[in-house]
Parts: sequence; structure tokens; C-alpha cells
Amino acid sequence: MQFRLEKRPEPSRLMLYGTPVAAVVLTMFIGAIIFSLIGYDGIGAVREIFFTPLTNAFKWQDLGVKAAPLIIIGVGLSIAYRANVWNIGAEGQYIMGGLGGWWTLPAMMIAGVAGGAAYAAIPALLRTRLNVNEILTSLMLTYASVQLIYYLVRAPWKDPMGMGFPQTRRFASEALLPNIIPGTIVHAGVPIAIIVALVAWFIMTRSVFGYQMRVVGAAPHAARYGGFSENKTIWLALLVSGGLAGLAGMLEVAGPFQRMVPGFPTNYGFTAIIVAFLGRLNPLGVIFAGIVMAITFVGGEIAQTTIGLSNSATGVFQAMMLFFLLAGDILVRYRVRRVTPQVEARA
Amino acid sequence: MPNRLELSGITKQFPGVLANDNVSFAVKPGEIHALLGENGAGKSTLVKMIYGIMQPDSGEIRWNGEPVVVPNPKAARRLGIGMVFQHFSLFEALTVLENIALGMDAKIPSRELEARIREVMQTYGLALDPHRTVATLSVGERQRIEIVRALLLNPQLLIMDEPTSVLTPQEVEQLFTVLRQLASEGCSILYISHKLHEIKALCDTATILRGGKLVDTCDPKEETSRSMAEKMIGTGLKDIVKPAGRSFGEPKLVVNRLLTHRTGHFDVPVTDVSFTVRAGEILGIAGVAGNGQNALLDALSGEIRSEDREAITIDGKAIGHMDTTERRRHGLCAVPEERNGHAAVADFSLSDNSVLTARDRLGMVVMGLINSGAARTYTGKVIADFAVKALGPAATAGSLSGGNLQKYIMGREILQKPTVLVVSQPTWGVDAGAAAAIHQALVDLAAAGSAIVVISQDLDELRTLSDTLAVINMGRLSESRPVAEFSVDEIGLLMGGVHGAEAAA
Repeated sequence: MQFRLEKRPEPSRLMLYGTPVAAVVLTMFIGAIIFSLIGYDGIGAVREIFFTPLTNAFKWQDLGVKAAPLIIIGVGLSIAYRANVWNIGAEGQYIMGGLGGWWTLPAMMIAGVAGGAAYAAIPALLRTRLNVNEILTSLMLTYASVQLIYYLVRAPWKDPMGMGFPQTRRFASEALLPNIIPGTIVHAGVPIAIIVALVAWFIMTRSVFGYQMRVVGAAPHAARYGGFSENKTIWLALLVSGGLAGLAGMLEVAGPFQRMVPGFPTNYGFTAIIVAFLGRLNPLGVIFAGIVMAITFVGGEIAQTTIGLSNSATGVFQAMMLFFLLAGDILVRYRVRRVTPQVEARA
Repeated sequence: MPNRLELSGITKQFPGVLANDNVSFAVKPGEIHALLGENGAGKSTLVKMIYGIMQPDSGEIRWNGEPVVVPNPKAARRLGIGMVFQHFSLFEALTVLENIALGMDAKIPSRELEARIREVMQTYGLALDPHRTVATLSVGERQRIEIVRALLLNPQLLIMDEPTSVLTPQEVEQLFTVLRQLASEGCSILYISHKLHEIKALCDTATILRGGKLVDTCDPKEETSRSMAEKMIGTGLKDIVKPAGRSFGEPKLVVNRLLTHRTGHFDVPVTDVSFTVRAGEILGIAGVAGNGQNALLDALSGEIRSEDREAITIDGKAIGHMDTTERRRHGLCAVPEERNGHAAVADFSLSDNSVLTARDRLGMVVMGLINSGAARTYTGKVIADFAVKALGPAATAGSLSGGNLQKYIMGREILQKPTVLVVSQPTWGVDAGAAAAIHQALVDLAAAGSAIVVISQDLDELRTLSDTLAVINMGRLSESRPVAEFSVDEIGLLMGGVHGAEAAA
């Protein structure tokens, strides 16, 4: 028996938006089976990871705090990916945004954006001048930025009162993000994330800039014919996605972390890649995708304490989600046809 | 003797369209049988089912009297069915021999294969060196590779899909000689084309499809080109109305020693191209595909910018250094040959496709934001004025048939009333009715005072449309002269690279 992929004439809209949901459901289902097979309480794991964060009201604040950076970075990446510019180094730009943030808040936000954008400018320059693949350069630069943190917190920026711990001083109070709901950990980054997503959605659907990103990604040749420069688009895509990752980094360092520590890189930049795709590269979808991903983070922590699931279980679930999403996308665009070769030609 | 191929009641349904509806016809041994029809009439689908690329939903295929199922092309080849596609599948960097070896189902030692290739070439007078790299070959020579590839299998039926669309008149004659010889040896030929005079010259029988249904089977020698065209489109054919005794105004577009650089490995740049188009004039540029037409269009549209700003002037203003957006502002619009992914974005709505080229000339952008209402209104006007069959401005470009998309694209540029319009292959793959509408629109635009350049490989089109004609060959453009001064033979020689000056030298 043979199978063949056949292109569908027009993918249905329902399926296009249904696949992320289907991917999440499938992840729960297969996840439960896998963890049962390796000797855990699989159903319990899925319940703790996907449902407890929603049913337990105490956990909602964690969701907001985890979702905010994912949404901000995810929005930036969804813009770049629309233009077929594959920024894989959001983690590095996030780190540089965190390192760039200093002085008081408004200046810190600008500096955070600038830090991320400047770091994304390196792959942009290499791609437009020397045609070096941005996937490789942006990814490799991430590791350079991690080392930079390690260096800074151990030597020049080390807290003199830190009793030898590799960390910076705690930020002054005017440099910390204000809490917007007293008694919780919900900081100003949460509403900022929603605002960023809404503004990005408006720009992507209504402006010439958004049109440019979409047309360069959908048909580069047509974009050139329409008068949109490819190099300019690569620059814009990397600067915007890098800048937003930098903003997220700055918000994290001025919010939950309150100082720079070696543990600052928490893979938000990589997880946001899944967020961007799960959100269908649509800034509004990214809000939901960011929350779903935050649920798995928070739920993963719960599952660690309640059923002793390892920390990497969260990663397994997140990876499965991306896997099912991409597989689902293929099936939205193509259908599987069975080819039966037993009917041979009879001459 | 049984029929070589007999189709009865073949039906194929695609989502939303019945591509073939109860089609029945037969091809006799040694017969050259034309399959005629507009784009979307179902010719390709029918042929794909014969060649095993698709399966019919119902109906029967009989091969030499026996009912057969053709599950895939390999099985078709085993039966003795060969096919030469409109678009060649050749690796440019490999030699003729390597390309043929790659396409063979059975492994044959290359020495033996070469001997067989030479034998086939000898038999049919197909001159070609098996060791030449494909990149160095003309389109006609490339087609010969595909024909040799098919003939190596000793086919009893050879399917040719629009084989002459890229050939010079002389190459067409050579091809016909080969096909006639094959037919005389008993090989049947199924010949798909929309060039009616060729069908009259070559074919014994013609089967005409319209909207997936068989409308007539006739003897093309007893029909006129016009009567067959009318059967194809189902209504009477309109003639192009071209005002007689037209005079031309001031020079609008002046191109002076334009050149481009080679970018890819095998593309053909243009060298030292000069011409002038006046207000009201249509300049036709003839040539075989792959002789620099793409570079010429890109250099005129602004996708390739010139280092010499004076190389292109419009109304006396130098625009050689400008990009496409600036050139459009100065009144120069262009339509490239490739519709999907170049002139239009398949995934975008027609409305969004109007934004692609009309946004500045028609004020669709206000402070960086797109005025989608203006885009929708304009798109609606294009759809209405050019009789584009589409659900409306929100329909995606990819949902339109090739001919309708081309009508939309031409309408989108023409209704911007450009001072200069440059179009490449304006009616390529477009049915006769739509082609006539596009031709009339171009003539009307010229009559309103625009200067028009039509780059085309279709000589009939250029001879009906143009006032003056030039021929492009290997990136060089011949001198432009009034179209009436050219004979078909002369154009053919120019297309093949024999320039007046060189012939004399």
C-alpha cells in the first residue's frame, strides 16, 4: 500500500484555525498515553499541566506573568515569520534587552528595545550584505549573549554586597515595574503585552508596513514587482522582532527578576517560536497561544510537586504541541490519498 | 484494426468543477489527432488521465481494443504512451545524455543508451549532440530532448502538450516533419494546441472540448480557423477594432543603450537595447523564450535598476535609476509574464492585489495606512470593466482561472491610465475570448494616447496588435520597423539569430 500527498485546492478556513486547537487536544491525549507507559500517572499529569493552572485561581497571576513575555516575543516573531525572515535568536535578543535596560522605566524600555534590535541587526547585516542565513546567525548569537551575562554578573556588574553570588545589585525602586494588582505578582508587563499584540494586529492588517511583510513572505517576486525591497524588509522584520524580544527581556529583568542573574535566560525566546506558530502568526492568536504556553509552564511546576514529574516533561508537552501543529498544517493543505498499485496496466 | 486509444464516458469531478463530463472519442493508429479547447476546457485533465497522472471517476479507457487501467505514468509508458510536456523537466547543469538517463524507467548502460539516442536522432533527423550541457541549448533543442526521451520507448501514442508555443516558425516546421514521419510509421499523436492554423496544417481530426464537454469532432482541413475558434468559445468571435490611418504623437518612452548584468547562472541579460515608442504606438517585441525578455521587462519595470539614469526616459525625464514605485508615479506600468507569484499574489484577495501596484497612483495609502475601501472600489471597477469572472474583490487571486486572472491584472494596470505600459505575454494561456478582450483594451489604451510595448512569443498576436515590431535574440534587440514591412520568414530568421547586418557580413 502506498500513500501520496495531494494538494487541496483551497484549504478550509475552519481547519486552518482548528488545527491549533486540535494540536493541543492531541498533545493532551498522546501525552497521557506516553507518561502512563513510562510509569507515571499520565492522566493526572495532563490534568495538572493543562487544567489545574486554570481551575486554581491562585495560579492565574502566574499565568499572566509567564504569558506576558511569551506574547510580546511571539508577536514580534509572528511579524518576522510572515515575511519569511526566520529569526530563531529571540532568546539572545531577549537577553540583550534585559542587559540593555538601565536607569528609569521609560528610558529602560527604549534601551531594552534598542538592545534587542541592535542584536538582531547583526543577522540582518550579515544576511543582506553577505547572504548569510539568519537562522544560523541569530541562533548562534544567542549563545554568545548567554556567555555575556555570565561574564557581566561575575565581573564588572557583580554586586559588591552580594556575598560572592554572581548577580547584579537589586534595581532601585524607580527602576522596578510597578505591580498593577496589589497583593499579586502581576506587573505592568502584562497589560503592555496585550497592548503590543493589539497594536501589532492593527499594523499588520491595516498598514503598508504590514502589507509589505505579508507580501514579501507570500510572494517575494511579486513584492519586488510591487516596489518593496527585500533587504529593507529583512531589516525591518529583524529589528521589530528583535526589539520586541528586547522589550520582553527588559520587562522581565525589571519585573520578576529585579536584578540580572545567570539564571535569566529561561528559554522564553525559544518557546515564543512555538507561540508564534500556535497563534497562526496572527498577533491576536498569539495572545491565546501565549496563555496556552504559560499554562504548560505553570502546570509543569505544579506537576513537579504533586506527582513528581520531571521538569523536562513541560518541554516534552510543548514540543509535542509544535509537532502536532506542523503535522496538522500539512494535512490542512494536503490530503493523503491511498494509491493502490495492485491494479497494474494490462496491455 | 482496433482503435489505438478509445475513451468512453470519461468523467472527472474536482471540488466545485466538473473537469470532464462524459467525454468519448477515439484515436486511430497513425492518426494525428488534435485536442482543442479554451483554458479550463478540460484538455489537460483528460490527457493526465490517459497518461496515468490522474484517475477518471467513471468511464473506460481502451488501448488497442482492450480495456485498461493506467495507475501511473510508468504504467502508461509500459503500454506505449509517451508524453512531451509543455514545461520541460530538464536539469540545466547536466548534459543531454545525463538528462535522458535520469528520466528512464529502466537502467541502461550509458554507452548503450547513447547508441540508442543517436539511432533515434538519425531516424527522425533530430540533430543534437548528446554531450552538450542543457543550459547551452535553445528552447527548440530542449524540446528535442523531451521528444527523443519519449521516442526511446517506441511509443504507439505520443501526447504533445502545446509543443509550439516556444518555437520559431522554422522550428515548428521541423517539428511537424518529425511528427508526420512518426504518424506514417503508425504512431498515433494526440496534439494539444490552441493555434488553429497549425492544427489545420498538421492534424487529421480535431476533438473540441468546451467546459469539460465534447462539443464536436471535425476534420480541421474542412473548417476555417474562425469556425473552430467559435466552436471552442461557443459564441461568435469579435474582431479587434483598430482605427485606420492612425498617427503617432511625441516620443513617450525612449530607451537608449540599456543593458543588464547576468545575475543567475543561466539567465540571459540584455545588451545595448535602444528603441523609441511614441504616443499612440504599440511596439511589439518578438522572440523565442529565454532570449532576454525577462531581463528586458524587469529593466523597464524597475525591478532591475540601471546605473545609467538616461538609459530610460519617459516624456523626456530620466528614470533609469528609479525603482518600480517611482516609475509608476511617473506613469510607467508593467505586467510581467508570470501571473502567479509575480504579477499577482495567489493567497491575497484581488483587493489586496490592487494595492500591490495601484496604491500610489490611485491614492490608496493615507499616512502609512491602507484605505481598503478605495482598493475595493477600484477592484470592483476592474472586475466590471474587464468582465473578470470572480466572486468579487474579496476573492483570492488563486481562485481565478488563468485567463480571468490575466484579465484582472491587465485591467488593474490599464485602468490606471499609464503613460507607458509594458506587457509581457499578455494573452499567454488565455482563451480566445479573453485574448480578444485584452487585445481590444490595449488598442483602446493606445488610441487614448499611451505608448505600449508588447513582448510576446506569439507572432499572430504581435502581427495583429503592433504598429511597429522588433525582434529580441540573445539579449540584443533588432531595429524596430513598421510591422507591415516584415514577412513571417524574416521575423523567423531574426528570432533564430540571423540579423540583417550579420547575414550580409
